[in-house]
Amino acid sequence: MSQFTITIDGREVEAKAGQTILEAAEEAGIYIPRLCHKPGLEPFGGCRVCTVTANGRPCSACTQPAAPGMIVMNETEQVKDFRKTLVEMMFVEGNHFCMFCEKSGNCELQAMGYRMGIDVPRFPFLFPKRNVDASHPDILVDHNRCILCARCIRTSRDVDGKQVFDFVGRGANKRVAVRSGTRLADSDADVSDAAVEACPVGALLKKRVGYATPIGERLYDKAPIGSEIENGEES
Amino acid sequence: MAKPRIATTSLCGCFGCHMSLLDIDERILQLAELVDFDRSPIDDIKHISQRCRIGLIEGGCANEENVEVIREFRRNCDILVSVGDCATTGGLPALRNLVPLKECLEEAYIHGPSVHNPSGEIPNDEEIPLLLNKVYPAHEVVKVDYHLPGCPPSADALWAAINALLAEEPLELPYQLIKYD
Amino acid sequence: MSTLLDSAVRKICKAHDNDPTRLLDVARAVQEKYRCVSDEAIDVISQVLHLPRVTVESLVSFYAFLSTEKQGRVIIRLCDDVIDRMHGYDRVLDAFREELGIELGETTPDGNITLERTACIGMSDQAPAALINDVVVTRLNSDSAREIVRELREHMDPQRLVRTYGRGNNAHDLIRSMVRNNIQTEGLVLLTRTNRGEALRKALSLRPVEVIRAIKTARVRGRGGAGFPTGMKWEFTRAADGEQKVIICNADEGEPGTFKDRILLTEYPDRVFAGMTIAGYAIGAQEGILYLRAEYAYLKAFLEDRLEKRRKEGLLGENVLGHSRFHFDIRIQMGAGAYVCGEETALISSCEGTRGDPKNRPPFPAQHGYLGRPTSVNNVETLCCVTKIMEEGAAAFSQFGTNQSSGTKLLSISGDCRRPGVYELPFGTTLREVLNLCDAEDSIAVQVGGPSGQMVGPDAYDRQICFDDLATGGSIMTFGPQRDLLEVVHAFLEFFEDESCGYCTPCRVGTVLLKEAVERVRDDLCEPVDIDRFQEMGKMMKAMSRCGLGQTAPNPVLSTLENFPGLYANCKKEDSEGYRRSFDLEGSVTEASAIAGRPAHATGEKGGR
Repeated sequence: MSQFTITIDGREVEAKAGQTILEAAEEAGIYIPRLCHKPGLEPFGGCRVCTVTANGRPCSACTQPAAPGMIVMNETEQVKDFRKTLVEMMFVEGNHFCMFCEKSGNCELQAMGYRMGIDVPRFPFLFPKRNVDASHPDILVDHNRCILCARCIRTSRDVDGKQVFDFVGRGANKRVAVRSGTRLADSDADVSDAAVEACPVGALLKKRVGYATPIGERLYDKAPIGSEIENGEES
Repeated sequence: MAKPRIATTSLCGCFGCHMSLLDIDERILQLAELVDFDRSPIDDIKHISQRCRIGLIEGGCANEENVEVIREFRRNCDILVSVGDCATTGGLPALRNLVPLKECLEEAYIHGPSVHNPSGEIPNDEEIPLLLNKVYPAHEVVKVDYHLPGCPPSADALWAAINALLAEEPLELPYQLIKYD
Repeated sequence: MSTLLDSAVRKICKAHDNDPTRLLDVARAVQEKYRCVSDEAIDVISQVLHLPRVTVESLVSFYAFLSTEKQGRVIIRLCDDVIDRMHGYDRVLDAFREELGIELGETTPDGNITLERTACIGMSDQAPAALINDVVVTRLNSDSAREIVRELREHMDPQRLVRTYGRGNNAHDLIRSMVRNNIQTEGLVLLTRTNRGEALRKALSLRPVEVIRAIKTARVRGRGGAGFPTGMKWEFTRAADGEQKVIICNADEGEPGTFKDRILLTEYPDRVFAGMTIAGYAIGAQEGILYLRAEYAYLKAFLEDRLEKRRKEGLLGENVLGHSRFHFDIRIQMGAGAYVCGEETALISSCEGTRGDPKNRPPFPAQHGYLGRPTSVNNVETLCCVTKIMEEGAAAFSQFGTNQSSGTKLLSISGDCRRPGVYELPFGTTLREVLNLCDAEDSIAVQVGGPSGQMVGPDAYDRQICFDDLATGGSIMTFGPQRDLLEVVHAFLEFFEDESCGYCTPCRVGTVLLKEAVERVRDDLCEPVDIDRFQEMGKMMKAMSRCGLGQTAPNPVLSTLENFPGLYANCKKEDSEGYRRSFDLEGSVTEASAIAGRPAHATGEKGGR
C-alpha cells in the first residue's frame, strides 16, 4: 500500500503512504490554502485554514495522513466560506497595517485575503495591545502582526537547532516569547537563522532590507498565492 | 435625463484616496460626462444638495464631526462605498487605538519630544469636535455597501469600481486591483 | 540570585529525579514553597532540567494556579461560575473585596492574602464556593466571607475555617472538609457498597481479552461525555505496538456544573483504582496515572493513602494479587487549573509536564499517547462502571439504560432546584423525570452537559438523557423563571474565552468575538446581520476547531439561537437611516468629553444613542 488513490473534489489523485492530504494534493497540483504549514517542518495544525473534509469529517489537511480510497472535499462552497471567515478573524485579531508593513506584497496572510477576495473583514477589529521588540541589532519582532503559526518556533527548534522561541500564555493572551529573558537581543538569535525567513507575515523581519522589491514585482502582486502549485511550478 | 450624482468626502484620512481618484488622468473628462459631482472636496460644495447615486467615503471616523458627515452621506446616497484602508479598517489613524486617548493627547501636545507648548494645555476650543474613544472604520458607524481597500486604491481600481456601480453591475475587481497597501 | 532559593529549587527538581517530564510537578512544588515561580526560579529549573528557559515560562504561564508574580500566603479563589453567580457570587465578592481592601487579582499590602476568581471548582450543589489554598469553603454569603477574612487575619490557617465536616469520607482524617456529598438517589450500580478486591480478583481470573469482551458485552461508553465505546478503546490500546502501555484516569472534572467524580473519588476511591487496575490488566499496562484537577487537591492525601493501602494489600505493585505476569502501579498527577486538560490529548500533554495543549490526531492516544506509549484515557465514572461489571456481570449492568446507552449515569444537578446534588439514574430517563426528582419543575431552561452542551426549554423536557438524545458528561443546570438566559450564555462564553488554550485560530479568536457579540445583543446594539454572521462563525468553529473545546464553545450561542430565539429579539431591524446600531456615539465621546471638560456637540440628531 505504498502507493494508492484518493479523491479530491472528485478528481483521483495518487498518494504515497506517509503523505498527508495536503502533500498528496500538492503533488497533484491541487492547492489547499494554508498558513501555519511549511514544508520541512513538523505539521502544526493550528491555523486551520487547510481544513478539508475527509470521508465527510472535517480535519486539517496538513496533519491528516492520506488513506486509500479517502474522499476529500477541498473546494466546496461551505469549506471556502469557512476558510474566508477564518482568515477574516485573523485580520481582526491582530493589528495588521498593511500600508506600512515591510512584508506587504510578500505576506502570506495578505495574499490569502486577496485569493479569497476579502475586501474587509466582517467582524469588529479587536485592536489588541501588543509589543514590538526592536532590541536585536538585525531582527525586528512585531507581535502586532503575529498569527501564532509557530513557524518560527518550529524552525528555530528543528532547523536551526536553537529553540529561540516558544509560546507563553494561553487563549487570547498567547504570544511568542524568546528563549531567555524578554528581549530577542538577549538570545542567540542570528539574522542568518532560518527562523527569521519562516515567518509568513511581518512579525519577524530582517532590519534594513524592507521595501526592496518595487510594487508590482513582489511575490503576490501578479498571481494569487497557491498558483505556483496549481501551475506546477517549483516552489 | 439627469446625470447620476456622486458625492465624496475625506473623513479621518489623508486625501490620498482623492489624489488617486484624480490619478485617473484624462478619464476624468469621461467621468464628468457620466456624473455630476455633489458635495466633494473637489468642487468644495459643503453639504449634499440632493439625492446622490454614489457616495465615496475616504477615511475612518475619528471625531464627532466625522460621524455627522458620514451619516449625512448615508442618508443621502443610494450606494455608499468605503474607499481606502482608513475607511475600511481605520487605517493609519487607528494606530492611536492602541493607546488610551488621554495618553495620546498628552503625547501629542505635552510630552512629545518635539513639542513646544509652554502653557501645557491640550487645545480645547468649543469649535473643535471631540475625538471618539477610538478610530472606527466606516462600516462600524453606518451601513456601507462596498469596500475598496488600498492605501490608496489605485486609480484603475477606482475607475473600474465607479464604472461598475454606474452600470449597476456587480462590483468584482480583478485580482491585480485588490490591494491592502 | 539568592543561593537559598537556588538550592531549594534544585532540591525540588532532584525530588522529581531531575526529570523534565515532571516539570509540572516541579513548578507546582516551587509555587507552593515560594508562592510563585519567579524568574529566578525559572532560571534554576531550566538549568537543572536542561530545558530552554522559555519552555518553563511557557508552562508556568499556561496554568491558572501557577504564577510568576508573588502571591499571598493565602489565596482565596472565588468560584466564578454561572451557578455561583445565581447564588450570590457578587455579594460574596463584594464582601471579600471590602473586607480585604483589594480588588480581584490583587494581594493585600502585607503580602498575606490574594483574591482571585476561578472557573467552576466542582461545588455547584453548594455554591457560592471558594478555594482557600487547598481548602474548600462552601455555601458562602457576605457574612461568612467577612468572617473568613477576619479569621484568616488572626491565624492564616485555612484548615481552621472548617468547623463541621460533610458526611462520609469528607470527615476522614485525611480530608476533613466541609464539602457535602449530596447524594440524592439510592444507588443502582455505582453508588452502592462493594467488597474491595473482588472485582479485580475476578478480572485477573480471566484472560485480558475476556475482560475486554465483558466490557464490550456490557456496551459501556465513555462517561466523560463523548461516549466512545470503552471496550473498543481498550482493544485498540491493547493491539497497539509498544512495550509499555498506560492507563490514565481522567479526574480533571472541569465541565462547569459537574461534580459527580468528586463523589466517586471521595466515597469510592477503591472502585476507581480497581477499575484502573482492571483496565491496566486488560490493555497490558504497567503504569496508571490518576490526573486529579488542582481544585480537588484536598482529596490528594486521602487518595495517596488509599493507594498505599492497596500496595500493601497486594492490589498494586509487583505481581498484583499474586498474578505472575501482572505488575501495575498508579501515581497521581496533579493538574494546575486548566479546563482544556479534560480533553484527553491535552491531559496527556499535561501529564508529560508541558503546557496543556491538545495534540494533533492521528496518532490517537491508543497508538501514541503518554510519552509515546499506547494509552487509554478513561473517565472516573467509566472506570467505576468497569469495576461493577467485573463484580456483578455485564448483564447486571446493561439491564439498565437503553440499547445504545447501557447502564446508569451519574448526574450532577445544580441551579434553581430544591434538591441539588448527585443522582444515579438509568440512561433513557427523561429530563422531566429528572426535574421532578430534583424539584425544579418550574425551570424555564435546562443546560444539559455544561457550557459545552446545549440549553433546552420545556418543549424538550420529554427528551431522554442518553448518548443519542441529550448527551451529558453529567452536568445538569436548571434555570428558574427569574433568570436572564442571555446572562447565562454570556457567562459560558466568558468561560470558554478564559479557558481556550489559544493553539488554533477558530477557538482563540472565535471565543472572544462571540462573547462580544452577545454583549452587543445584551446592550441592545445588535442587528440581524450580526446574528447571521456569528451563527456562521459558530458553525465554522464547530467544524474547524482543533479540539472539543473549540468545537463546542459556540454551543451556548447556537443552541439558544435554535431553542430560545426570543433571547435575540433585541436584534432589531436595521436602522431606517442605515446607521449601525452597534455604534454608540454618546458612549464613544464620553472619554474625550471628560478630558476636555465640555459636553459633546452631538447631537440631537437621530441615532445619537
